[in-house]
Amino acid sequence: MKRLESVNDFVIKFANVNGTGSASANNMFAKALFRMGLPVSPKNIFPSNIQGLPTWYEVRVSEKGYLGRRGGVDIALSVNPQSMAQDIQEVEEGGYFIYDNTKPLDLRLVRNDVNIIGIPLTRICNDEYSDPRQRQLFKNVIYVGALAALLDMDFKVLTDLVKDQFKGKEKLILPNIHALELGHQYAKANLECPIGIRVKTSDKVGDKILLDGNTALGLGAIYGGATVAAWYPITPSTSVVDAYEKYVRRVRIDPGTGEKNYAIVQAEDELSAIGMVIGASWNGARAFTATSGPGVSLMSEFLGLAYFAEIPTVLFDVQRAGPSTGMPTRTQQSDILSAAYASHGDTKQVLLFPSTPKECFDFGAQSFDLAERLQTPIILMTDLDLGMNDNMSEPLEWDDARQYDRGKVMTAEQLEDGIEFGRYLDVDGDAICYRTYPGTHPKRGAFFTRGTSRDEYAVYTEKGEEYEKNMLRLMRKWDTIKEYVPQPEVVEASEKTDVAVLYYGTSEESSRESLDHLAGEGIHLNAMRVRAFPFNDDVKAFIEDHEQVFVIEQNRDAQLRTLLMAEFEFGPDKLKSVLCFDGTPISARNISKQIRQHLSGGAIEPLHRTKIASQAGESA
Amino acid sequence: MSYQIPKFRHPELPVNDLGYTKADYEGSISTLCAGCGHDSISGAIVKACHELSIEPHKIAKMSGIGCSSKSPTYFLGKSHGFNSVHGRMPSVVTGAAMANRDLIYLGVSGDGDTASIGMGQFAHVARRNLNMVYIVMNNGCYGLTKGQDSATADEGSVSKKGDANVFSAIDLCSTALQMGATFVARSFSGDKEQLVPLIKAAISHRGFALIDVVSPCVTFNNNAGSTKSYEFVREHAEATGTVDFVPMQKEITTDYAPGSSHEVTLHDGSSIHLYKMSEDLDPFDRTSALMNMEKHRTAGDILTGLIYMDKDSRDLHDVLETSRRPLNTLDAEDLCPGNQMLKNINASLR
Repeated sequence: MKRLESVNDFVIKFANVNGTGSASANNMFAKALFRMGLPVSPKNIFPSNIQGLPTWYEVRVSEKGYLGRRGGVDIALSVNPQSMAQDIQEVEEGGYFIYDNTKPLDLRLVRNDVNIIGIPLTRICNDEYSDPRQRQLFKNVIYVGALAALLDMDFKVLTDLVKDQFKGKEKLILPNIHALELGHQYAKANLECPIGIRVKTSDKVGDKILLDGNTALGLGAIYGGATVAAWYPITPSTSVVDAYEKYVRRVRIDPGTGEKNYAIVQAEDELSAIGMVIGASWNGARAFTATSGPGVSLMSEFLGLAYFAEIPTVLFDVQRAGPSTGMPTRTQQSDILSAAYASHGDTKQVLLFPSTPKECFDFGAQSFDLAERLQTPIILMTDLDLGMNDNMSEPLEWDDARQYDRGKVMTAEQLEDGIEFGRYLDVDGDAICYRTYPGTHPKRGAFFTRGTSRDEYAVYTEKGEEYEKNMLRLMRKWDTIKEYVPQPEVVEASEKTDVAVLYYGTSEESSRESLDHLAGEGIHLNAMRVRAFPFNDDVKAFIEDHEQVFVIEQNRDAQLRTLLMAEFEFGPDKLKSVLCFDGTPISARNISKQIRQHLSGGAIEPLHRTKIASQAGESA
Repeated sequence: MSYQIPKFRHPELPVNDLGYTKADYEGSISTLCAGCGHDSISGAIVKACHELSIEPHKIAKMSGIGCSSKSPTYFLGKSHGFNSVHGRMPSVVTGAAMANRDLIYLGVSGDGDTASIGMGQFAHVARRNLNMVYIVMNNGCYGLTKGQDSATADEGSVSKKGDANVFSAIDLCSTALQMGATFVARSFSGDKEQLVPLIKAAISHRGFALIDVVSPCVTFNNNAGSTKSYEFVREHAEATGTVDFVPMQKEITTDYAPGSSHEVTLHDGSSIHLYKMSEDLDPFDRTSALMNMEKHRTAGDILTGLIYMDKDSRDLHDVLETSRRPLNTLDAEDLCPGNQMLKNINASLR
């Protein structure tokens, strides 16, 4: 039988039962490879359920440094009878299916083109442990030990990792190492080790770190100077505020008085959460909230107020699969349009699209500067894939000389000096006006903040010309904003081409991998990664410079493409969609396949969605 | 169209301790209907703030949407104001208060704003005991949309159209008490003598202070059969007692016979003297306050005055242990942990 052979390049997928403690064991496996110097990209694929349903953990290992999903599975480790039929079907020809053979495998599942490896995990546990919880928990650790033998891993890396992970809980170290050894010894004694897929210590990690985007965002909020966090729990954004809280407790409590240089309020709902952020920002504090799609829907009215009244507001949207409750624990990039035009009337919101934990941290901190400089909401758009999974990333860095940009705030001294103050007066010609914090001066500088129309001095008016003047200034401000937001990144193909791809956020890694593969086939594509909305002129020029541009995104309705067409008035033939919206991160193979389909047809069909979605199958 | 009050004032208007005249606490000319109860409340706010010698710019006046929520334009013209969105004023005030605990937060709302769309936020701001004054200008109807019943309209109360309300009313004072508010009062816009000291006491109280003010809508709800009309309220209001507010600046020398009055010292050193009219009233006991309100409501009366006060109130800042220094005055030096901490974090992530 064919045996897949590779060193340091494979996809392994663990199939477990939700709630059985498998996550930490699987994570230990990925972290061990990372410590062996191998780029890894672990992804949790989990149900919206407390326990009992199937859950998966997919690890991409790639010495070449590809961190996106590749597509396909080389090794399936299946300990969940519920999903076994699906798990074995996903294995590539010549791949490996590892299962708990305490009970024999259902003969109907057997595939002759897959290498089947049985480990009696339940039996080993039953022989070794009497406590039912230990039997359940250590089963996971035992298969990690067995994998170490099957893949020829450095066993010491695993034992060192256990020692590090349980620092402070020393009682747990020996039992975990023992369980690892049980699996390792069983595999060595009973199985053909190593299999065709192996790992070898490498040096491709450098000083990189493994971090989830939500923690990076929480840290970004701290470094960005946020003192007020108001939020309402929602998957997958909850851990942003958890991380913020964890670290502010360490660094922002006065040791003498116990007083806190921060305030975290768990609001009664998302409407209240964003209201608190707006109130705090209006009053001169840096404040943020974190939510996901349903929360953005609820916050929309307030976002319109913040846009129109020009109040700095920071919102982190960790996107999940919609519409409605959709698939709460699956990933998508499907809040783009609802965030970009959040609220009624002519409203436009600034969006930032980070791709890595480092960018979550950087953009997270920068959001507060941008919000105050531009006096408008800043919505940072990440997603479950980036937010809740460990992602390999450049280390986090902060320039200690950096000062916060507090934007245009008129001081008591300036007011005392008699400088004219009109809250909505465009003094500098950049369409951004001066504000004052409440309580600044006894006689001057007070104004009324309102969602109703007003003149340049913040006095209520319904005069058409005053309203138009204000709305046109907001449009000019939109142009100013283009200079401040993160600029797009361009990666040029090695050969001249008039076809390009455009992507953003978590589609980056698999897009880059796909482009490498396509280049190998002679299909050369220039690439642009958009990092913010509003798009600046570089985005427009990039699209104009190419005959065709594929817009890669993880939603059904090609939302970024729609936004590009709406903002620049490109026709539908110019921009073609490459989509994935099954709730899993888009894979490199899926992208390549869709691009090939587009190109081979010559003439591009304008309505591509049903066709492409139904053929994109292998993404699951 | 916006109206401005003429700048001319009599040169010898009385000044307060800060040297401000009452005019310094006024706002623009009201655009509400002539005779609107809300204007009387605005007047009471002006008088209370003037007499308390509060620096106008140290007050933030916040509101939602509706007739009542327009009223902050008509008082405290030198204060920052914020008309937020319908019913969501409490969250904006919560954020603002988190940012700067040194300002006085005066929230103004209506019965539609508070008891319908904003019911959730009202309940939660009360339970968090945010340090703010929350005045409801309660007329039992929607004035801006021409007279529909609101959630505080009493069952059986007749609207201008002639229909009797078929649903039971939400009593905001009872609701606030049950949610944990630490200062609850009710008054009538036509009773400035009672309302002004209540506003003063509410400002000096640390914690959530609700004043539900029955404020008849002259245009849409001042008809026979309405329980929020001027006539009805004048006939049915029953006061808990009279309230004297003594600012901290003045020495308290008066001597009242024990049992006839309560004297309560507020956190800023001011004090309240409450002269009880009924012996069974205990404004410092939540259960008794609730029972009294219910008793009067059943009898078809409106109990006014200070209904409940928690003398040992701990506000949201106390509970959260927030820094004494307002959070909006902290800068990068105070807030940013520096690159070394990131280096340590990076090391732990390898």
